[in-house]
Amino acid sequence: MALLEVEDLEVSLKSGRDLLKVVDGISFTIEQGETLGIVGESGCGKSLTALATMGLLGGTPIRVTGGRILFEGQDLSLLTPNQRRMIMGNQMAMIFQEPMTSLNPVYRVGDQIIEALQQHETLSQKQARDRAIELLALVRIPDPKNRINSFPHQLSGGMRQRVMIAMALACDPKLLIADEPTTALDVTVQSQILDLIVDLQKQTGMAVILISHDLGVIAETCNKVAVMYRGKVIEAADADDLFAHLRHPYTRGLLDSIPVADKEVEHLNAIKGRVPTLEEAIEGCTFNPRCPNVQQKCLSSYPSVAAFERGHEVRCHFPLEGNE
Amino acid sequence: MLAYTLRRLIAFVPTLLAASALVFLFIHLIPGDPASILLGDTATPEEIAALNQQLGFNEPIYVQYFLWLGNVLQGDFGTSVFFRQPVLSVIADGAETSIWLATMTMCWIVVIGIPIGILSATRQGTWIDQVTSGFAMLFASIPTFWLGLYLILIFAVGLGWFPTSGFPSLSDDGGLWNLRYLLLPSLTLAAPNAALIVRLVRASMLDVQREDHVRTARAKGLSPSRVAIRHVFRNALIAVAAAFGFTFAALVSEAVVTETVFSLPGIGRLVVQSILRRDYPVIQGVILIIVVLYMVINLLVDLSYARLDPRVSLK
Repeated sequence: MALLEVEDLEVSLKSGRDLLKVVDGISFTIEQGETLGIVGESGCGKSLTALATMGLLGGTPIRVTGGRILFEGQDLSLLTPNQRRMIMGNQMAMIFQEPMTSLNPVYRVGDQIIEALQQHETLSQKQARDRAIELLALVRIPDPKNRINSFPHQLSGGMRQRVMIAMALACDPKLLIADEPTTALDVTVQSQILDLIVDLQKQTGMAVILISHDLGVIAETCNKVAVMYRGKVIEAADADDLFAHLRHPYTRGLLDSIPVADKEVEHLNAIKGRVPTLEEAIEGCTFNPRCPNVQQKCLSSYPSVAAFERGHEVRCHFPLEGNE
Repeated sequence: MLAYTLRRLIAFVPTLLAASALVFLFIHLIPGDPASILLGDTATPEEIAALNQQLGFNEPIYVQYFLWLGNVLQGDFGTSVFFRQPVLSVIADGAETSIWLATMTMCWIVVIGIPIGILSATRQGTWIDQVTSGFAMLFASIPTFWLGLYLILIFAVGLGWFPTSGFPSLSDDGGLWNLRYLLLPSLTLAAPNAALIVRLVRASMLDVQREDHVRTARAKGLSPSRVAIRHVFRNALIAVAAAFGFTFAALVSEAVVTETVFSLPGIGRLVVQSILRRDYPVIQGVILIIVVLYMVINLLVDLSYARLDPRVSLK
């Protein structure tokens, strides 16, 4: 049994009387200890997939409108909100894109970690505090005994993200969802945070879903990759296989848009156009307005999944041959 | 924090000087003088002039001001022209009523305003929110005197549950039970301010609710009520605390009306009557004390800011 199975997940935005599908039937599975990278541009549904999995869509006009999310075989949609909260922050934890604003400014970081601990475990104040200090040490915050008393505004962005990670790890989750955890950080801090997540995963054996718009980040850290475009997974494969045999022109475009450090270029490569908004209806393949290889068939029908060896799947009428 | 408080206290001095000078000048702009009001319509101009001379109101105004200021600095607020008693003891007589009225009003504002505000915010968009927001709008708009009169009409005259007016001292027969005299006045005074707090708590909670850290709190698996109180309301309190400073200013002016409607022997009514009697020393004394109170309360609000929000440092 997989740790997490997402089957045909549909997430929709209620806009007036219409339901706009933001995530349109995506499926993926993740086993204990695996790292799944979900990659795509802004607005393709990555974060909403994460929030839906976590159960944090409450209070927004966005709802899960189809499909199933199975966590350890348990269909999460069948749980009551209270049962769902027993999993949240406990077996399944999440860190967010904005470390600067994701901590409550009025509480000491230690108290925020202790709150997470005591929500799911019966610990005395002293035990919880000692555990919080251990967690801060685990995420490599120097001088954790004193730092536990800091307020968030006294810490840098990187330190705050470490605190967020410590908080997420408080109850030894089986699954950590990291939604663009390094996007708001300096480049040097980015790699430290990624290394930290990778190391912690090795230590704890948890599974990680890493969401990023940066294929480079995904390539460094993940063993499975799902590329999303406009609410659908358009290419999914093991990381090694994906980077060895890119099949979808969109994935190719994402990879080409990473600048190479030792090559002088006049223009950075970019995928032309932009992600179409939800209201824009597109006949055929939703990538066709931006695709360099677009052909007649792409304008009329949406491609179904084409499977290649080693479970490499792609939604394209004319997948690229290997790594051209 | 201590240094900040001391500096703020020192800054009181120029403010008080300016306030006292303004009050002094404005009172003397009112037509009429104490002597002609004391002596009534039948007095001759000579009698009036003689009494004004005796009371010291014939001196040039700046001389009067500095004489008065000199005395105030020595703790002597002068003698009431009307009561023939020291101003401070006249004020002390009214203070009991006003302090109890203010205390009860503040209790109502907190006890009614904050929970209803929280309820309204956490049930945003439901009928509960619409009803509470509607009532808040209504009570924020009703004039104090109108509400006071109707409460008297319904609960005191009609149902006979409460006394219509007046307030015997708590040291008289009845003791604390005498506070029932202040129930309707304090509710009258609390209504518009509690309504304001309801709206403010609701609005600031809805603002905080959208912040990222609230999502983090929910991601920990905290119950919705814990998120609402510990993470949303707690942070919204920072904005609400600021409002309490303004509420005090509103209370002072509304208390004047309320005490008049309910014939309460408080400071508010004392000011109104003293103005009618041109009792300059009492007016000056009361206003000076209100100014000091206002400054102290705003200092406390600023200090509470630093307690509520660790990002605020008082320098």
